[in-house]
Amino acid sequence: MRASLGISAGRVRAVLRKELREYRRNGNIVSAMTIIPSIFLIQPMIQVFAVPSSASAALRHEDSLLYLLAIPAIVPALVAAYAVVGEREQGTLEPVLTTPVRRDEFLMGKALASLLPSTAVAYFVYSVFLACVALFANPSVASALLRWPEILAQVLFTPMIAGWSIWISLAISARSADIRVAQQLSMLASLPTVAVTSLIAFNVIRPTLMLALAAAALLLVLDAAAWRVVSALFNRERLIAGAT
Amino acid sequence: MDCQDGANSAGAALSVRGLGKRFGDRVAFEDVSFEVGAGEVFGFLGPNGAGKTTIVRTLGTLIKPTCGSACVAGILLTPENEEQIRRHISVMPESPGLYLRLSVAENLGFFADLYDVPDPRDRINRALRAVRLTDRADSACGTLSKGLRQRVALARALLADPEVLFLDEPTAGLDPAATRDVHKLIDDLRKRGVTIFLTTHRLEEAERLCDRVAILNTTLRTIGRPDELREQLFAKTLAVRTLAPLQDPGRLFAGLAAVDGWHRDGPAGYILAVSEPALAAPAVTRALVSAGADVLSIREPHHSLEDVYLELIEEDEEASLA
Repeated sequence: MRASLGISAGRVRAVLRKELREYRRNGNIVSAMTIIPSIFLIQPMIQVFAVPSSASAALRHEDSLLYLLAIPAIVPALVAAYAVVGEREQGTLEPVLTTPVRRDEFLMGKALASLLPSTAVAYFVYSVFLACVALFANPSVASALLRWPEILAQVLFTPMIAGWSIWISLAISARSADIRVAQQLSMLASLPTVAVTSLIAFNVIRPTLMLALAAAALLLVLDAAAWRVVSALFNRERLIAGAT
Repeated sequence: MDCQDGANSAGAALSVRGLGKRFGDRVAFEDVSFEVGAGEVFGFLGPNGAGKTTIVRTLGTLIKPTCGSACVAGILLTPENEEQIRRHISVMPESPGLYLRLSVAENLGFFADLYDVPDPRDRINRALRAVRLTDRADSACGTLSKGLRQRVALARALLADPEVLFLDEPTAGLDPAATRDVHKLIDDLRKRGVTIFLTTHRLEEAERLCDRVAILNTTLRTIGRPDELREQLFAKTLAVRTLAPLQDPGRLFAGLAAVDGWHRDGPAGYILAVSEPALAAPAVTRALVSAGADVLSIREPHHSLEDVYLELIEEDEEASLA
């Protein structure tokens, strides 16, 4: 079955399935995907349960939950940074690249394999947080925090931020010669996104509907463009022979 | 898409003309030309750094040549045709390159999907049977020995039913039993008509398996059947050994029309240059007996492919020193 751009959905699925199998059996990836989001959950939890009901009015003017958008910025970056350079280091890239798989298919499979679990983890953590707030927080605090626009923003921006983070990390992974360097650079590259979400969460930047729409449009364009850019950066000869 | 441009022969499984690759100032290989017929097992020999793996990667569409042209499985090697070529070939790199956390069947399943093979389960079972690994299908590749991993890599290379199979040092680091298994598999593939391009350091392996061999040392030094190469490189000789040194060997051998020249090989040994050893041997025997010599042996010395290889590589080393 071929989708648009001449891409074989079967080969994308094959890469995705293989990646997910490897993740499940790799303790490091499972740890990274559970520990990092849990750390991000601690601060908002403490904040919410420490806030007295008298402060709930002030909470209505803040968007502190957007702080959790750092999860889709950081978690997939760690996983995607390994995607190409990791295969290169373990010697599995050469056999794969001698098959008919196209670089677009290979990269899309890798990107989806980072996107799906990290988005699921981010949604899960967010759901846990919302459930805790709804069940255990002071009712006035809970009603101040559980606002549909913010929940909607979280749901919509999570995959878009993750996508951007993934393409940046894949670009780094395709041009790196060492896994650790790729992961460190990917973490650094995800910091600007974390900074923006943090500035919104801490009310330095006031979120508005127009700002949200503009940010969403920008992220969508960047995600689509990044796929093409990363595909162009993916050079078989450089990856196999270490030369251009 | 076919190789009908005049530079490369149609019908050959592999056809290479003046192919070269440079990485900056470094020449990986240059001016390499050869053809490999369909169903042929073609050996590619050479020292480390001679360019063998780079040629495999170039013909396997991983690396772009700097100059020259090539046809792989009847398809002209161009950037536009790379995907098409990859559908008709398989490459088994020197390192097996398996996903160690996945099972043997999962590894093969992944590659079967990448090749879009019809009925992948059946194809995987056939490949596993061919390498006699059916009972290890569910074992994680990380638990297999090096020899078994090599067999899995070979099964992976067979999945797509390739027209041309590139094997890069398939027995490197294997013990004799595992090496014998791989040799048997290559023999089986030859019987099935698969064209095999085999790079190896093991000269006895090339001699045993290959119809023809090429010796590469950045440039192609020679190409032909192993026996042809021996004939090309080494003069035909007879080695004579007697119980005691001959009284006047110069006069004895000079009187024989079949002998073109001679030199000593030890106190009672003589190497005779001859044009036809089978015809010269009886005449030499008669002359020695009539001269009263006690003949211990008269034989035609055997030159192995290793001798050919070492002779050529030593020539290259001497040339580079000069």
